Amino acid sequence: MKKLVIYLMSGHATPELAAAAVEGGADLVELGFPFSDPLADGPVIRRAAERALADGMRTRACLECLARTRELAPDTPLVPMTYAALLEAYGWDRFAAAAGGAGATSLIVADLPAGERPELRRVQLVAPTSTDERLRLAAEQTDGWLYLVTLTGTTGARNDLSPALAGLVERARAVTPVPLYAGFGISTPAHAHAAAQLADGVVVGSRAVEVAEEGPDALRAYVASLRQAIDAT
Amino acid sequence: MSSTAGLFGTYGGRYVPETLVPALDELEAGWRDAQNDPAFHEELDALGRTFAGRPTPLTRAERFEPNKRLYLKREDLLHTGAHKLNNALGQAVLARRLGKRRIVAETGAGQHGVATATVCARFGFECVVYMGEEDIRRQRPNVERMHLLGAEVQPVELGTRTLKEATSEAIRDWITNVETTHYLIGSCVGPAPYPELVRELQAVIGREARAQFLEAEGRLPEVVIACVGGGSNAIGIFSAFVADPDVRLVGVEAAGAASLGTGRAAVLHGARSSVLADGDGQVTDAHSISAGLDYPGVGPEHAWLRDSGRADYVGATDEEALAAFRELTRLEGIIPALEPSHALARVRELDEEQVLLCLSGRGDKDLAEVLAH
Repeated sequence: MKKLVIYLMSGHATPELAAAAVEGGADLVELGFPFSDPLADGPVIRRAAERALADGMRTRACLECLARTRELAPDTPLVPMTYAALLEAYGWDRFAAAAGGAGATSLIVADLPAGERPELRRVQLVAPTSTDERLRLAAEQTDGWLYLVTLTGTTGARNDLSPALAGLVERARAVTPVPLYAGFGISTPAHAHAAAQLADGVVVGSRAVEVAEEGPDALRAYVASLRQAIDAT
Repeated sequence: MSSTAGLFGTYGGRYVPETLVPALDELEAGWRDAQNDPAFHEELDALGRTFAGRPTPLTRAERFEPNKRLYLKREDLLHTGAHKLNNALGQAVLARRLGKRRIVAETGAGQHGVATATVCARFGFECVVYMGEEDIRRQRPNVERMHLLGAEVQPVELGTRTLKEATSEAIRDWITNVETTHYLIGSCVGPAPYPELVRELQAVIGREARAQFLEAEGRLPEVVIACVGGGSNAIGIFSAFVADPDVRLVGVEAAGAASLGTGRAAVLHGARSSVLADGDGQVTDAHSISAGLDYPGVGPEHAWLRDSGRADYVGATDEEALAAFRELTRLEGIIPALEPSHALARVRELDEEQVLLCLSGRGDKDLAEVLAH
């Protein structure tokens, strides 16, 4: 079974949205902890982060959002995705402990590449530009699965699945047995289907954030359409 | 790259998405290679002499400050009107060595954008400059200059619409086009190796000024003073005096953008430094009449020089900078940029008599802003 990962920005409605995503077939939910200057994010997640911050979603509120999501989705892995600035301010160890205490099963730090702070257990990202040596390092240090950034660019929907994904999967398979989940630029069931034929899982972010604005029912239906496309692999 | 490389004390580092790490490794290797290559230095020296106008003179400002021996290092006389060209030329030569023919940059006051557009015209590179909409409004003449030089100026409408957002957008462009593109960062900020690289390319200011001051006064200055936004003109002139314990180093920030004076340790644009940020690490807005100082971060080496006590950092308000701008213009016949006007504003209250000040740029770009006040 291929895995489906859904990214949602932390917010007051997020626990219910996350539960809807799980009902739709999400295997794992990433919870964005917003940062004012997110270098890895395209316009959709940037705007969502701006709104969340204006709405008071600071670190403490995000941790509360995570804890409530854990109550509504007791069996689903939950992974905060954020930037180094939040951990620097909160305290690196203290952040990891607080996230774990609130129900996080791992962490993703978008601007903390493999090799930096190896003591912080997290899901590592690799990109088409990563050398084989860096693929190996990221695979050694990663927590459970490796996040394959399918393209050179920021988060956000694209017309087509990145042609760089196949080569990246092949190079990663050559150096590691850990599961590979592909994300960035995947927004349609067709993309998800194609990506799932190559990788072990698929991450959908920006489009899920957009659909989530329409409410839990819309999100549940959207996630179900992705699930169906992936299972048809 | 080990987790301790590229650090100034606990500041600096590489807080970037993985996509950029191989490009930073390549840049670092290319930079080490260039530093060890006499041909690189010869080319840069020749460009400085025949294209940029180096060495720039040292001018005694006797009417502005009759009670001191105040000397201005005249980076305002450099081609394109500011010290920014030193860095742009060096990185252009480096980009050519790396085989990159597309350049992206951010700009605040527009001086770095103009310097970048200039070297791209000179080297035949494609050039894209990101600039906040608020700065495009404040610095119209520099926008026109960039267009004339063949650069594409990309307005940034996000957030504060100033240098912070322009820098983020330039980095996002680099992430997207990293295989063909060199990011020509404008100050001693950003992920390693940029802070060190920019310092070394601006160190020419300090090398020249040290020799010129020695020739003029037969001794070293008691104090070296410069304005600090990102901090590249300051680190360039400081670098020649850091090893002289009797020379005091003073950086002057805009009071509303005092990353060193009122900031805290935080991560912004790929490095850990002293940043205007709240307790959650969210970056807050800077405010300055000078677009070049209107930045909530600062080069990590300055944060380290502050903590170690080697340099002192003070602030100057918009009004103080404007007053110093007018006085230097009337008394010395030199129209300074608003950025070094902040340093000029703090000169008279220095205890020391022998003073070297980096006049980092000329004020043509600021006329509209000054006349509006």
